[in-house]
Order: sequence, then structure tokens, then C-alpha cells
Amino acid sequence: MAEEGERKAVLETVQADGTDGSCITFVLHDEDHTLGNALRYMVMKNPDVEFCGYCITHPSESKINFRIQTRGALPAVEPFRRGLSDLMGVCQHVLNTFERSMKEYRAQREEEMQ
Amino acid sequence: MAAQRRTEEMRDRVVLGEFGVRNVHTTDFPGNYSGYDDAWDQRRFEEAFRVDVIREEGDELEFDMVGIDAAIANAFRRILLAEVPTMAVEKVFVYNNTSIVQDEILAHRLGLIPIRADPRLFEYRNQGDEEGTEIDTLQFQLKIKCSRNSQAAKESSDPDELYFNHKVYSKHMTWVPLGNQTDLFPDADFRPVHDDILIALLRPGQEIDVLMHCVKGIGKDHAKFSPVATASYRLLPDITLLQPIEDEAAEMLQKCFSPGVIEIQNIKGKKVARVANARLDTFSREVFRHESLKNLVRLARVRNHYIFSVESTGILPPDVLVSEAIKILMGKCQRFLNELDSVPME
Repeated sequence: MAEEGERKAVLETVQADGTDGSCITFVLHDEDHTLGNALRYMVMKNPDVEFCGYCITHPSESKINFRIQTRGALPAVEPFRRGLSDLMGVCQHVLNTFERSMKEYRAQREEEMQ
Repeated sequence: MAAQRRTEEMRDRVVLGEFGVRNVHTTDFPGNYSGYDDAWDQRRFEEAFRVDVIREEGDELEFDMVGIDAAIANAFRRILLAEVPTMAVEKVFVYNNTSIVQDEILAHRLGLIPIRADPRLFEYRNQGDEEGTEIDTLQFQLKIKCSRNSQAAKESSDPDELYFNHKVYSKHMTWVPLGNQTDLFPDADFRPVHDDILIALLRPGQEIDVLMHCVKGIGKDHAKFSPVATASYRLLPDITLLQPIEDEAAEMLQKCFSPGVIEIQNIKGKKVARVANARLDTFSREVFRHESLKNLVRLARVRNHYIFSVESTGILPPDVLVSEAIKILMGKCQRFLNELDSVPME
């Protein structure tokens, strides 16, 4: 736990005592619906997840409570991690497809000009 | 058969009823529908996903994203508006301002002027750093004085003739390189995007002498940093005629929609209405005001087809803005993945 006193928290977890790690509320700082909703969608697409939701605790504070409850004894960190990497995969594919489409569109316009 | 069609409709259309909108939320999560495998499958997503660029003209870009969910499309839109960084005037050092425009109003106006400077070449300023270094600050100077034109005709009342420099435009802002910026950016031409933004009006004897510092920021902090005039999307309209509509009803139907949406064909002497191009419609729902027509048409939107329209303020071209927005979302995910890996979870 080598944390300097001034480091701002980015991600915290809140867990009820006595549970086995299958229900966790993550507190994500400096985030809002932008990441919250997109991540919620990706985590809900995971068949091992029984419940996933997020809320903005108060509009004056920029942090979200992101809760995941898994089916069975799967630790809730797993779907969270998988949701983040799936979302990254989606973004990467969208970026590649968009840039390829832009290139094709511009090449087609060049041809039409000539 | 009908039940299957209803499920299909529930899954991939948002239906506009007379008094409300149905099937708004995404419901295709695993377990909701029997017989459908809705678990996330990257390969299935990649097969169904496509981007079609419709139009690119100057600062405007219109493109379609098909096969993606609202949550992610909205994330891109929100990032385009508020989290893609740009450079804008933040601090204004007023050496002399004898114009009629107050200092703070002048500073506010200067902040809103879009500055043609690629924000990717600069860093964010550190918190609490008042001076600004050459890697995070751009300096501009606005020094202008209004004087009387002694050659003007005696009876003329046209300010353009009577005074010199009575209108202060953004073209009067000049870049003052800091430190080694002339070496770092040898070919750079940092200036406002538009030359003809009117900043203030002067009369003889009044002058403005200010020094401005531009820093990198995001729209969430202040709207002046937003790189888009606006970025929005709409879903692709889907108009279905539930029964054949002919003659007068067809004419009335054509008038209910935007021009070009409904086309009237002449089949065996009768006029028959057909949906030609639903994409052009703006969904005024005029058809619900006609008792005879309202049950013959189904107005819906295709749930996963987004028509994006991005208009840039001129700082960066719109396609670069979209690419940057996607990279920023990736950066957010990466930040949390790193955080998960670095701190051992109890």
C-alpha cells in the first residue's frame, strides 16, 4: 500500500463485510455518464453478471458509483476488468473502421473530381 | 410468426406512437430473450458494424455509424462536446484599455475566440503554475490605437472614413513566441481561426494594449475550449405503410412528411404511395393529426443506426476530432485498467 498522501483517488471499492467479493460497488472519480453508461452496457453483455448499474451520487461531485453483482462465486472485479477491455476493443475497432471509411470516401471524391 | 416479428420490433426499433415513444431502452442483454444469444461477441460486432461517410465539406462532417449501441454512440458525442482539448485564451494581462468595453468583458470575448493551434503539440498547464512555460502556453498580443483621419471630408459621417483602426478585429492579434517556441514550431502560424471576428469598437484617443496567454483545456472546464460548433446524432427513421394507401389519401400522406420521403407512383391508373427515402424525414408526426391516416403508418427509428453530424469550429478538421474522441474513450478505459492492476484489490 505505497500511497503518497497527496495522490488523488481514481478508483475505490466499497464492499459489504462478510460477502465473498461477488458484489462490489466501485467508486470511479472524475467520471460521469460518458464512461458510466458505456461501461454499464459492456458489463451487462456479460452472461455471468446478474446485476450492473451506475449512479451519480450528487451532481456537484464528479464521481459515479458502479455496482456489479455476479452470478455464483465469480469475483466482481473480473466482469469489471473484462468490460473495460471489451470497451477498449470496441473503440479500437470503431477507430479503425472510421479511419478506413474516411480514406475510402476521400479517395472516391478524388476520383470523381478527375 | 407475428410474435417473432413483435420481438424483432422490440429489439431493433424505437416506435413513435401518437402519445409516446415505445421500446426506448436497449433490452438485448443475455437472458432477456429466449432463443437469442446476446452475450458480447467481438467477432459478431465487427461483422455487423460499419461506418459510412455521407458528406465532408470544410468544417462539417456527416457520417453513419451502424451496429453500435446508444451508450457508446452517446459517449462519443459527449466526449466530442466536452473532453477533446483545444487551446484558448485563459489569462489576459491588461496594460492599457481606454476603450468603452470593460476589462472583464473584453477578456471574456477574447477567451471565446477559436485559436488555430493544434492542441496535441502542447501540454496541460500544471496546477498552480502562474507563469506558464513554452510547452504549455501560447502568447498573443493585441495592441491597437484609434486615431482621427485628418484627410476625411468635413461633412462625412461614415466612421470608416473618419477614423483609423476604429474596429478591432481578431486579425489584429499577433503571436508573440515564448522562449524557444520559434525553434520548436518553425513553420507554425498561430492565429485565430477567423480574421473577421469583431472584438471591440474604438474612437480616437482610445487604445487597447493587452497580452494574452492561451492554455490547453477541455469543454467540461469552460465552453470556450469545446472544439465543435456542435456534434449531434439522430437515429435513422423507418417509416412503414401498414396498408396500401391510394389516391387522395396518398396525396395527403405525402404532405404529412418532409419532401422526398413519400413518393407517389402510378400503378394501373391508380396513385399509390410508397416510402422513397425515410432518411430525409424530420418526424413532425403530422400524420397523427389525420384520423384516416394515423393507423395506416408505423413511425419508428432503427435502434442501432446513428447519423452523426459534427461541425468543427475550425481548430481541427472534424474527422480528426472524431478520431481524438474515440482515443479519449480508450484512454479512460486504460486508466482504470491500470488502476486495477496497480492497486491490489482486497
